Amino acid sequence: MNGYSGTILRVNLTTGAVTRQATDMKDAALYIGARGLADKLYIDEVDPKVDPLSPDNKLVFAPGPFTGTFAPSGGRYHVVTKGPLTDVIAGANSGGSWGPELHYAGYDALIIEGKADEPVYLWIKDDVVEIRKASHLWGKWVPDTTDLVRAETDVEAKVACIGPAGEKQVLFAAIMNEMHRAAGRGGVGAVMGSKNLKAIAVVGTKAISVARPKEFKDAVLVGRKGIKEHPVGGAGLKAYGTDVLVNILNEIGSFPVHNFQDGYSPTADKVGGETLAANQLVRAKGCFSCVISCGRVSKVKNPKYAGEGEGPEYEAAWSMGPDCGIDNLDAVTHSNHLCNEMGMDPISFGSTLACAMELFEAGLITLKETEGVDLSFGNVDAMVEMTRKTGLREGIGNKLALGSYRLANSYGHPELSMTVKKQEIPAYDPRGIQGIGLEYATCNRGGCHVKGYTIAVEVLGCGAKLDPHATLDKPYWVKLFQDLTAAIDASGGCIFGTFGMGGDNYSAMLSALTGVTYTTEDYLKAGERIWNLEKMFNIGAGMTSKDDQLPLRMTTLPIKTGPSKGELSHVPEMLPEYYKLRGWDEKGVPTQERLHELQLA
Amino acid sequence: MPKVLMIHPDRCTGCQNCELACSFSHENQFRPTATRIHVYSWEREGFSVPMMCQQCDSASCVKVCPTGALHRAKGTTLVEYSREKCIGCRMCTIACPFGNAVYDSVTESILKCDTCDGDPACVQFCPSQALEFVDDNISTRSRKRELAGKFKSAFEGA
Repeated sequence: MNGYSGTILRVNLTTGAVTRQATDMKDAALYIGARGLADKLYIDEVDPKVDPLSPDNKLVFAPGPFTGTFAPSGGRYHVVTKGPLTDVIAGANSGGSWGPELHYAGYDALIIEGKADEPVYLWIKDDVVEIRKASHLWGKWVPDTTDLVRAETDVEAKVACIGPAGEKQVLFAAIMNEMHRAAGRGGVGAVMGSKNLKAIAVVGTKAISVARPKEFKDAVLVGRKGIKEHPVGGAGLKAYGTDVLVNILNEIGSFPVHNFQDGYSPTADKVGGETLAANQLVRAKGCFSCVISCGRVSKVKNPKYAGEGEGPEYEAAWSMGPDCGIDNLDAVTHSNHLCNEMGMDPISFGSTLACAMELFEAGLITLKETEGVDLSFGNVDAMVEMTRKTGLREGIGNKLALGSYRLANSYGHPELSMTVKKQEIPAYDPRGIQGIGLEYATCNRGGCHVKGYTIAVEVLGCGAKLDPHATLDKPYWVKLFQDLTAAIDASGGCIFGTFGMGGDNYSAMLSALTGVTYTTEDYLKAGERIWNLEKMFNIGAGMTSKDDQLPLRMTTLPIKTGPSKGELSHVPEMLPEYYKLRGWDEKGVPTQERLHELQLA
Repeated sequence: MPKVLMIHPDRCTGCQNCELACSFSHENQFRPTATRIHVYSWEREGFSVPMMCQQCDSASCVKVCPTGALHRAKGTTLVEYSREKCIGCRMCTIACPFGNAVYDSVTESILKCDTCDGDPACVQFCPSQALEFVDDNISTRSRKRELAGKFKSAFEGA
C-alpha cells in the first residue's frame, strides 16, 4: 500500500450515504492515481452522454501517490467530471495543501454523486465524514467561505470550495482551495454547484508510507537538483512567476491580442512578469512540497483596484489584458483577485470578454444589452465590471457566463469564439507556434496548453530547441508531452517539475515510493493509457475528428504584425500524422489493436 | 561552535517541505502528526512562518519534567529527550509557551526538534533558505547587516 492510502470514499448527496471501497491496486498500477485513477473510476461509472449539470453526473477528487510526500512540487489533486463548458471529459488539478490533506485523511479518491436538496458542505476528519448544512454559506465568496468553514470545523482544516460563480453555474467556474489555488478549467466548479455542494473541509493525520525510503529520498534529491539547476525551474519562475512569458511570447510574435485578431503587442511589457515583480508582487509562494515557488502573492495599492490576493498567471494577465486590448496591470491583477474570490477561470472569462468586445465593435452586442457599458477593446473599467457581472451572472454577465462559444453562437457568429471543444484556447498563438496548436486541437479537455506543453521545446528550449514555425516532428512532440503530462498528473506532480526533471526522474521516484517498478517507458505508457481512456469517453460523448480543429481564424487569418507576421496554423496538415502515431484510424478513433496493447480492451 | 536553527519568515514560501523532511527523517514515512516543525500560513496576506523548538537556555520543558527525560547536556545548545525516561505525563507540552513540544499518541512519545543530531533535514529540504543551521553568534548577522545598510544609505543621502 506504499504511496496509497488504500481506500476510496464515496458520498451520495441525494441519499446522504457515505460508503468506502478498497483501492483496486491493479488499477492503481495501471492508472497510477490522481488524474488516471479518477478517470478510471469516473469513466467506469458514468454514461458519457450524461448532462454535466444533472444529478447523474459525478465528481471525483483524487490525490496521486506523490501527493503528501516530498516528491518535488508533487502535492496536487485532480478533479474529474464531464465539463459543462465542453461536454467532454474535464480534468482540472490544483496545488496547495488540500490534496495532501485528503491523502493523509486516508483516501486515494473521493467520489461525489447525486445532488443535495439544499446547500451542504462536507467535513472529513480521517474516518469521520459528515454532510453538514451550508445554507448560511451560500452566496459567500471564496475567502469568507474558507474562514467560516474553518471556524465551524477546525482552524487548520484545508478547504476546497466554490464561490458565487460555482453556485450560479458559470460554465467555467473553478473549485478553489486555500483561497487562491484553483482546479480551474472546464467548469468543474459549476458541477459542484449543481450538486449544492459548497465546500469540502479536510483534516488528515495518517501516514503515507514509502516502499524503499532511501531510494526514494535519493531520487527526490536528484530531481530537486535538476530543478534547482534549471534556468526556468530554478530561478525564472520564482523571480517573475509564469507571467514572465509575456515578453518571451511577444518577442516571437505569438502573443494573441484583440481576440486573436493579431499576434503581437507593442505594449505587452506593461502586463509582464517583470512589471508585476516591480509593482504588485509582495512575495513568491509555493504550493505544498514545491521547490519552484511560481505563486505570486500580490497587492494592488491603486485605490481604484486595491486589494490583496494571488496572481495573475501568464494566461490570466494575457486574457484579461492584451487579449481585451488592455495593458493596465493593476486592473488585471484586481480582476484576477476577483476571479479567485468568486471562483472562476480567468482564461475562459477573459477570452469570452474579448469575444464579446469583438461582437460589440461589430455592432452585434448593443449598448442596451450592456446597460450602457462601452465594451470596446481597451476599456479597462468595463473589463473589471464584467468580471464581477460574470461571476454573479448579472446583466450581460449572464451571457458571458456561458463561455465564448455559446455567446458568439447566440449572435450567429460561432467563428468569433476562440475555442476548441467550446473551451477557450490560451495565450500562445497557434499561428506562430505550430505544435501548441496541435495540442489545443487534440487535447481531451478542449482548448488547453498544460496537457501537452510543447512551449517547453518550441519556445523555451528545454531539452530541445525546435523552430516554432515548423511542423516537422511536431506530432511526435505533442504526443510525447501529452503522454508524459498525463503520467505526471496521475502521480500528483506539477507540470512545472519538468523544468528540470524528465520521465527518468518521475519513474524512479514513483517506483521507489510505490514499490511497483516503472521504467520510463512504462511511465509514458501509463500516460498514453490515460490519454486513450479519456479519448474513448469523448468519443462516447459524441466527439469526432471534426472537433479536433482550431477556430477558423487560426487557419485563415494570418498574424498581421510582429515577428510572426503572415503565419497561419497548419493543424490540418499535422493531424493525420498525429493520429497515426497514436495508433488511431484516420477518423481519430483508437484502433482495437492499440487499445488492446494499452490494456484498455 | 554551537549552532542554532534560524527561521527567516520573510523567505518562507509556505511549501511545507520542512515538515515533510522532518517526518521522513524521523519515521521514513510522511505523517503530518510526526513532524517537529510546523508551518503556519495566513492565506489572505500570503504570509507563512515555520515554528519549531528553539532549544531555550532556560527551558520550561526541562524545568517541569519530573524524570529528567527532557534535559540539556552540559556545554551544548540542545534540549535532549530520552524516550526511556519519559513517563508520558505531558507536563512539558503544557509548560512550553510556544507549543513546540507535542505529545504523539502514535509513537507514545514527546515530539520536539532534535536538530537531527546536528544535520537538520528541514534545513536541507528548505528550497528558499528560510531555515538555516548556523553558528549561534552569527545567527542574526544578516539582519544586522541589512539594518546597517539602512544607516549607510541614510548617511550617503545626507
